[in-house]
Amino acid sequence: MMLGYYLELAARSLKRNVALSILIVAAVGVGIGAAMTEFSVMRAISGDPVPEKSSRLVVPQIDAWGPDSRQSRSGAAVELPDQLSYRDAMALMTAHQGLRQTAMYGIAPDLTPPRGRPLAASGRATYADFFTMFQAPFRSGGPWSHEDDARGANVVVLSAELADKIFPHIDAVGKTITLDARDYRVVGVLAPWQLVPRIYDMSQAALMEAEDLYLPFSTAIAHQMRHYGHNSCDSTPPAGWEGHLNSECVWIQFWAELPRAGAINDYRQSLLNYAADQRRAGRFHWTPFVQVHTAREWLALKKVVPDEIKLSTLIAFGFLIVCLLNAVGLMLARFAGRAGELGVRRALGASRWNIFCQCMTETVCLGVLGGALGLALTAIGQAGERALAGGDGPVTRLLYSLDTGMVLITAGVAIVATVCSGFYPTWRASRVQPALQLKSD
Amino acid sequence: MLILRSLRRNKIGAALISVQIALTLSIVCNSLSVIQQHLRHMVRPTGFDEANIWTLRNRWIGEPDDLEARVLGDLAALRSLPGVVDAEATNSFPLWGAGWTTGVKLKPDQRFSTAPAAVYIVDEHAMSAFGLKLAAGRWFNASEIGEVGYQEDKYPASVIVTRSFARRLFAHADPLGQVVYFGPQPARVVGIVERAQTPGAAQTQGPAQVEDALFFPYRYLSSDTVYVVRAVPGQLAATMKAAQDKLFQIMPLRVVSSVRTFAQVRHDVYASERKSSLILGIVCGLLLIVTALGVVGLTMYWVAQRRRYIGMRRALGARRGDILWYFHLENLIIAGTGALLGIALGMCGNVWLAGHLALTRMSAEFICGGAAIVLGLSQFAVIWPAWRAASIPPASATRGL
Repeated sequence: MMLGYYLELAARSLKRNVALSILIVAAVGVGIGAAMTEFSVMRAISGDPVPEKSSRLVVPQIDAWGPDSRQSRSGAAVELPDQLSYRDAMALMTAHQGLRQTAMYGIAPDLTPPRGRPLAASGRATYADFFTMFQAPFRSGGPWSHEDDARGANVVVLSAELADKIFPHIDAVGKTITLDARDYRVVGVLAPWQLVPRIYDMSQAALMEAEDLYLPFSTAIAHQMRHYGHNSCDSTPPAGWEGHLNSECVWIQFWAELPRAGAINDYRQSLLNYAADQRRAGRFHWTPFVQVHTAREWLALKKVVPDEIKLSTLIAFGFLIVCLLNAVGLMLARFAGRAGELGVRRALGASRWNIFCQCMTETVCLGVLGGALGLALTAIGQAGERALAGGDGPVTRLLYSLDTGMVLITAGVAIVATVCSGFYPTWRASRVQPALQLKSD
Repeated sequence: MLILRSLRRNKIGAALISVQIALTLSIVCNSLSVIQQHLRHMVRPTGFDEANIWTLRNRWIGEPDDLEARVLGDLAALRSLPGVVDAEATNSFPLWGAGWTTGVKLKPDQRFSTAPAAVYIVDEHAMSAFGLKLAAGRWFNASEIGEVGYQEDKYPASVIVTRSFARRLFAHADPLGQVVYFGPQPARVVGIVERAQTPGAAQTQGPAQVEDALFFPYRYLSSDTVYVVRAVPGQLAATMKAAQDKLFQIMPLRVVSSVRTFAQVRHDVYASERKSSLILGIVCGLLLIVTALGVVGLTMYWVAQRRRYIGMRRALGARRGDILWYFHLENLIIAGTGALLGIALGMCGNVWLAGHLALTRMSAEFICGGAAIVLGLSQFAVIWPAWRAASIPPASATRGL
């Protein structure tokens, strides 16, 4: 087997030319490390948090403000609002056009623990189906019932973190917690759970930490729980909570899960019918206009990757290219230094193809070493970025982590990069003239 | 032109160096221009007396009925603490992130508002509590302070605006005494402050809207407010501790969070800018090192390749200086070509980046300065290999022939 022989030759020549070999491996490794550190962040952010459902989870948008609102003063078209008004959200919940659906909004109730000072909790008012739709895993208990949704029961689902904080070492299910001076029964505790990006509510930012607790939407509305999130009004809303609910202000996120991906057209049609009904009822004074986006389209539309991360990824890949050009130069020097040896092999009957294979084996060996170094540097780079991001929150942990996919990608990029950069030097080496080299040495 | 002839023979090597220099130059310049942009953002003043201010977020448990008494009680307690200059309960402050925005009209029947502005709900103490500088007119007096609740639709009869927002509304006309509309009722501009940034100023990229802010003379009655406390210089830490104890002593049923000095607020809000500047800086540093090492490596290779030729030139009377000069000049030609290419590439890259990502255009001086630095680095990298070449003895020309 020639490969074994080539590997032996490669090992021998790597050892003989240590300084140059180390430089090549370092150049490839540093480049790979920098590029992969940045790329892994980009990959994590632009990932699909609900891959099995991303073509069946949809966001409806309704033109509730009319065509005038969709034109800025400069005349440029403005998109439909991301969120729905309370009226529209409730109408869609009642219409029940999807397999499952949920209206929701961010809340921040005060939590009074049995001991110690009260604290502010982040929460989400939503429907029982939320947990199934976004695949939130339960550690114990489960979601509240549809009946709880209907009658606005004082029930709550806690995150693992909050449950462990208030009820250390015991199961929180069945216990009672005090939110905004009202008692709530804990029906379920989630396992640690974080979507990146937090697709179900990106109204403020794409990368937000998952909430501390979840409670029924109808309960939050009945208790007039204040909304924490983005609120947008086309005109001044009437005063008070009722006024807020009846206004055209948009502040509620709405998601529907369709039975199959093809059902999106039916869903759009039903939404269009709803808008037409509203026009007949005298609420809208314009041609009905609606949009329905799947989760995947929504991620693309909302441009979840921040410009800073795109830029640093771009620059890190530029750095990788410079490192590889450097490696090309070093490999040219390396093979040129061995022209004599290769000339002898040619003179002894090795074909150009043999020489090419031998040199390529060496190149791939260097690539593998460079890739290993790159992987180690990626892990170090991620640890550095995690420290810089200041915090050990679940989002940070997910953004800067090395999963199997990332290891495979890094290895692949390293091999492809070295083979590409080694191709020309290898080809040059295989063109060595046997007689000339023998003569001059 | 010996050099050009020898370059022609080492086309690939020379091209490698040129392209590396070009890429390095364009990447480093664009990165530095981004870093410069970040640094400029991070130091923009808010208009507040940042060195002596700290803030906290206060929330009452439930929705109490006696909000006014509670807020007044808290403020009286805070203002009477030793070391406190003044204190204020408001809806937001610069760099806080969350805030209110309202459209401002110049005529009551305008279809679109002239410009949106951030709204701060303040009473007669705010100027001293925030450390604002009045540019013209007056601050609110106690008699014109009304009351406003959360999400309440209410607009005042008098308003104070920042100088930059006044300019946006009235151009060069004197803004004092002008009338603006938030709803159907007119509001008169009674004062102009020198500067006050918006709550979202850190996220605002362009210079335009950073200071589009105005003040409403209201007492903010809400179960969720922010307190801004200004301390006597040197008393910041002491008042932070004393004030929290005092507040919990008055009323334990509250949630106090985000207790931070203004310096900490600024530090937190610009975290991602700082992080990306640092990362770009590190990558640029590595890039310059790798490029310099690349120049060293390839030049060493050429020196080894031309050993006999150098020896021959030395034997034929060339001095050491001639050899040094030869390698430095060769490097200057290669790196210079690369730098020219890099200037073009960097400028194109900058235009593309400015179009696709929020990036300001960099000046020509900037990239030319970068080119000079990269050329200098490249010359520096040649010193050692050139010196090695110059020390090749003339006798080596005869050996091995």
